[in-house]
Amino acid sequence: MQPANTRSGVASGDAAKFGVAVALAGVRRVFEPSTVVIERFDLNIAAGEFVAILGPSGCGKSTLLRMIAGLLETTDGSITLKPLLERGHTSFVFQDAHLLPWRTVLDNVGLPLELMGVPAGDRGKKARSVLEQVGLAGVEDRYPAQLSGGMKMRVSLSRALVTEPRLLLLDEPFAALDEITRFKLDSQLRTLWRERGMTVIFVTHSISEAAFLANRAVVLGRRGGRIKLDHTVDLPERTEELRMDPRYGQEMKSLLAAMEEE
Amino acid sequence: MSAAPGSTGRVARAVPSLVPLVVVTAIAEIAVRAGWVKAYLVPAPSSVLKAMIESRQELIGALLTTSTSALIGFLMSTLGGVAIAVFLSSSRTIQKAFYPYAVFFQTVPIIAIAPLLVIWFGYGTQTVVASAFIVSIFPVIANTLSGILSTDPALRDLFRLYGASTPVTLFKLRFPAALPQILTGLRVASGLAVIGAIVGEFIGGQGLGSVVDSARTQQRVDKVFAAVLLASVLGLALFGLINLVSHLTLRRWHASEQE
Repeated sequence: MQPANTRSGVASGDAAKFGVAVALAGVRRVFEPSTVVIERFDLNIAAGEFVAILGPSGCGKSTLLRMIAGLLETTDGSITLKPLLERGHTSFVFQDAHLLPWRTVLDNVGLPLELMGVPAGDRGKKARSVLEQVGLAGVEDRYPAQLSGGMKMRVSLSRALVTEPRLLLLDEPFAALDEITRFKLDSQLRTLWRERGMTVIFVTHSISEAAFLANRAVVLGRRGGRIKLDHTVDLPERTEELRMDPRYGQEMKSLLAAMEEE
Repeated sequence: MSAAPGSTGRVARAVPSLVPLVVVTAIAEIAVRAGWVKAYLVPAPSSVLKAMIESRQELIGALLTTSTSALIGFLMSTLGGVAIAVFLSSSRTIQKAFYPYAVFFQTVPIIAIAPLLVIWFGYGTQTVVASAFIVSIFPVIANTLSGILSTDPALRDLFRLYGASTPVTLFKLRFPAALPQILTGLRVASGLAVIGAIVGEFIGGQGLGSVVDSARTQQRVDKVFAAVLLASVLGLALFGLINLVSHLTLRRWHASEQE
């Protein structure tokens, strides 16, 4: 059930209906006493889009993501999701794995369902199936302390996916991993997005990661969340070969130019 | 080490901690026998042992009494301390309003208020338990509170995202996350509870505290030492119990219990 047209910004077919559209209008966020982190921010994200938000540290991209997740209030402006989402339809992947160390892998992945009141049997089944999708079958009974960094991050990703979210928010999730592991996880995330068609907003400071993953890259300035570039990444399907492709280099070049411009 | 792990390894590991005990005991015995130290100031270890055997019935009874009181006081501190910490953690304002008064438990001179406890609770177990409780509750409050308040903010966000209620977050996230620190508080509290019980018994109760007090008035330094030794063993046993609980609950996930 892979969509035929993978070059467009939106996963096609039924999958696109599964994702959610996000509209940010005049969003402003001030931290006490008077630090303006985000100033009048407008952005429309279509259902099923894979958007990378790219910017230097401290540019407000994480704040933006937390506001979209509803974890942080906006000072001004509005964030509208269409259709309105229910509990569990928005998932968030943090910078580090942030697993509960006293729970096994299976119970960590099942946690969101547990908090939503899903019975234990269903939880286990869903958690197992997501773990299998990210290539972690067989480690269900291990504890996080027994896993490598890459495995922990995959458990964290599974935990976000187990509720079948329609909006997946990721805050520099693979920044702490070594490059090979990161490449693998990038590909895995792309595949999952193509299969499921949820809307993905991926915050990163890595140009290469943004260009490889996203269909649309939004580059933010150093202050106030000003959009310096809103760019459609026009690349064929993302395989490991693409990393050596001159077209990929060209995309990185335009993103870099936007990042460097003052 | 080439030897297979197992009982031999365990015995070998215990040896270093036994060496000082044997050496100090031997020196004390020699010092008293040689007359370097007066026997009415420090008794020879052999006479402490003799006193222990001679008064074994009285001492065992006293040990049981003190154990019971210390244990009840300690359990009350555990439950009360955790409950107070949860209450204090509920808001910053509540914390500001009440935490300074919780520190009172830490600073109160138990020796000075023990006579008051006797007036309130009379001679006997109640006074002793109250004394053990007052002395041992603060480390439980302080450590539990600090553990609950330092829960990973990202995980708090995660629980919020999936709509977890405050009690669910408390039991599924904050308590387990705070467990290593709660156990640290309990380790400190266990020793203090024994001290509190002994002090309570000095003033108004039976048990090892009153044995120490009466032996002192009879110039029986050997018996004082025997009782003090048993009180220390009691403290150690409680401490060991907490370590066992700690090992059983944390061994799979916390760095402090992993080899």
